[in-house]
Amino acid sequence: MMAARFLLRRAVPALRHARCYADAPAGQMSFTFASPTQVFFKEVSVKQIDVPTLTGAFGILPAHVPTLQVLRPGVVTVFNDDGSFAKYFVSSGSVTVNADSSVQLLAEEAFPLDTLDLAAAKANLEKAQSELSGASDEAAKVEVLISIETNEAIVKALE
Amino acid sequence: MFARTSAAVFLPQCGQVRNMATLKDITIRLKSIKNIQKITKSMKMVAAAKYARAERSLKPARVYGTGAMALYEKAEIKAPEDKNKHLIIGVSSDRGLCGAVHSNVAKAIKSEIAKLSSAGKEVMVVNVGDKLRGLLYRTHGKHILINCKEVGRKPPTFTDASIIATELLDSGYEFDQGSIVFNRFRSVISYKTDEKPLFSVDTVANSENMGIYDDIDADVLRNYQEFSLVNIIYFGLKESTTSEQSARMTAMDSASKNASEMIDKLTLTFNRTRQAVITKELIEIISGAAAL
Repeated sequence: MMAARFLLRRAVPALRHARCYADAPAGQMSFTFASPTQVFFKEVSVKQIDVPTLTGAFGILPAHVPTLQVLRPGVVTVFNDDGSFAKYFVSSGSVTVNADSSVQLLAEEAFPLDTLDLAAAKANLEKAQSELSGASDEAAKVEVLISIETNEAIVKALE
Repeated sequence: MFARTSAAVFLPQCGQVRNMATLKDITIRLKSIKNIQKITKSMKMVAAAKYARAERSLKPARVYGTGAMALYEKAEIKAPEDKNKHLIIGVSSDRGLCGAVHSNVAKAIKSEIAKLSSAGKEVMVVNVGDKLRGLLYRTHGKHILINCKEVGRKPPTFTDASIIATELLDSGYEFDQGSIVFNRFRSVISYKTDEKPLFSVDTVANSENMGIYDDIDADVLRNYQEFSLVNIIYFGLKESTTSEQSARMTAMDSASKNASEMIDKLTLTFNRTRQAVITKELIEIISGAAAL
């Protein structure tokens, strides 16, 4: 599959819609990960990123097919070039993989996983679950459901 | 000064003679200018503190904003020329005394409206900030879609941007293409009025380069677009606040300097007037004594 892509690139470099990665050096991924208040990675070369999206969790390697996805509350794992990895919890956001192998991960809120407290998350989850029955209108109900989903994800991530 | 008084003798009675300011007038003026100088100096300090904070939070916001716009640049998404409904989001704030910040944005928006209207397109404007509304509503009132108040008192947050975006999306105005006009911060003494494009879901979906992007359904694209809209608005708000605070700092600084100059000049005038009054009294006394 990769060989076929290689040939395609060599043979038809001018064709617009061919997936040509001629711009990026092989195996390089320029990764930008930021929230509105904090920048975690800025155009850094990393090995792999695991992201939780609405359509499921998937891993992004260099030369991944370009795509746009929307994030779900969950854990983002970044594997650096030197083998170490870092985990962050994101609430929501978007991820863009471009044709030149650059990835922009924009999260509405993102925190390193070790800054989150399991006990507080469990307490929030129970409070949200009890609020669900008392929620009056559509909007309040949706808010409580979002709160439940997020807290469940935090608890699952920390356990 | 004496030459002026003697010249007054030759003037006809019907003309108005400029009286020499009395000591009391000068004292009142001096006191009020000194007060103003204190106020402008303290405003400069406040603006400097707010500017420092705004610039610090601008750094991550810039990375975030450029990341959000990266898709549109890399995929070279351009709006088709024949689309009719335009949207302009103008970012300013509620407070004045910050130089030409608000009028620059208003000028850019006015010229944009004129250009688009003459091409027969429909334009609506979202005002973020009361000052912009004041500048636009008299001449372009029928183009205004949404007004936002209470901007500029506190540093803008992502929540503020999402409130604006929600209002815009709820308003029901289906724009095909848009732009956000804001003051991009360049340095402490300079900013530039800039315009960044906004695209609608249809434009992005139908753009030719989108075929490269894999596995995109309409729902995901709509969510992505809405999130992008908030990101770009957030970026505009952050840049605009920083430009505004630096402009206010500069404006208040020059106001304080001007006030100092006026105080110096007035103090000199005061001293001269005081000496003139004393001399006059002496002359009266001496000539009175000489008459005896």
